[in-house]
Amino acid sequence: MAKIRLRRGEFALDAEFDCPPGITCVMGPSGSGKSTILAVLAGLALPDAGRIALGDEVWLDRARGVEVPVHARRLAYVFQGLALFPHMSALGNVMYGMTDVVRGDRPRKAQALLDRVGVGYLARRRPRTFSGGEAQRVALARALARSPKLMLLDEPFSALDRELRGQLTALVRELVAELAVPLIHITHSISEARLLADQVVRIDRGKVSACGAAADVLANLAAIEE
Amino acid sequence: MWWVDAVDWAPLWLSLQIASLSTIVTLIAGTGFSLLLAWRRLPARHLIDAVVSAPLVLPPTVLGYYLVVVLGRGSAIGRGWDRLFGSPIVFTFTGAVIAASVGSLPLVVRSIRLGVESVEPNLIAAARTLGARPARVVATVVLPLAAPGLVAGAMLGFARALGDYGATQMLVGARIDGTPTASIFVMEQLQANHDDQVFAMSLATTIVGVTLLYFANRLTHRLHHQRA
Repeated sequence: MAKIRLRRGEFALDAEFDCPPGITCVMGPSGSGKSTILAVLAGLALPDAGRIALGDEVWLDRARGVEVPVHARRLAYVFQGLALFPHMSALGNVMYGMTDVVRGDRPRKAQALLDRVGVGYLARRRPRTFSGGEAQRVALARALARSPKLMLLDEPFSALDRELRGQLTALVRELVAELAVPLIHITHSISEARLLADQVVRIDRGKVSACGAAADVLANLAAIEE
Repeated sequence: MWWVDAVDWAPLWLSLQIASLSTIVTLIAGTGFSLLLAWRRLPARHLIDAVVSAPLVLPPTVLGYYLVVVLGRGSAIGRGWDRLFGSPIVFTFTGAVIAASVGSLPLVVRSIRLGVESVEPNLIAAARTLGARPARVVATVVLPLAAPGLVAGAMLGFARALGDYGATQMLVGARIDGTPTASIFVMEQLQANHDDQVFAMSLATTIVGVTLLYFANRLTHRLHHQRA
């Protein structure tokens, strides 16, 4: 459950929504506040008011002064530009978040995650040698290494071609089904939302304008756009 | 080569020792200041920045005067140091390292800061979401990616410290245990009309400085390339 209110100059965000396990696509025009919602959920931005709770675990409650720092929130965040560490190998990137895995077990577990997303062969290589699709997969593996309770994806597939995008959305679907955690995915693309989403939240100028089962919201959206 | 034997190399050796220690001091202090100044919510950030940068715009003798006031025998720090270590800061090797460090600190801070501020904010955010506390973010992401700036800062700091004249002259005088620093030596020999000594020492310091710049540039370039 997330309830967020925040003001930055002209921009005001006032959003409240629930995220059941499964995939929630957050949609809306540029500048509507989609990325800000993710930043607040991750703890990278602090709202003026609001409450964020994951089950009975409260990450933020401004009214009660609860504010769990970013590093203590178990979440997987895949950034728009992916933000892979350029000075570390794929394996190093994936191991970075394994803070509560015994040091000796980390390489094996990281390798298993890279294998799981289909890029085990990249383990020793640095990000600048990856193709677009490979980088996405490594970023996913790195995010999963945290054993997250919440996954956040900020338009990670926007720069990819259709075929790759299809492969990766399928992979994300599988992973979410395995982990049974809520995943919030920002996207511009109705077709991507159709492939992925169980639920859709539509944001307009900082406010939730529609929220519900993917089929319903997307049908309405498609009707508006036509 | 005639000039290698004709010259007393002790001043150059002394200057190299002072510059090396000063580089270590300024790298540590410079990294601290750079991280502090990169933090946008730091109170009085611009004032601290201006004070750290002041040695760049002050005449070296003025800087030296301030050092004498703050570290001299009559000052609280000077007396405390004397009591602790049994020798003053003025007229000593320690004083020369401090004078060289204060003079080169702004250059070091500027270089490291450029490196620190060039680290993509998303990489820092990513490290935080991956469970890293601030100290770990700095040690594993910010500083490794700012390495070219650290190398450039060390190089500039060393070169500046090697050539320090005014502040050192003010705080330490012309000699440390009977030996002048290289730049003071050049001045003294020039006044004594020992042209060959002046030429040899100038050539030697130039060779040391240019060689250092050359290798540091190559290293910076390589680090930059690896991190792109």
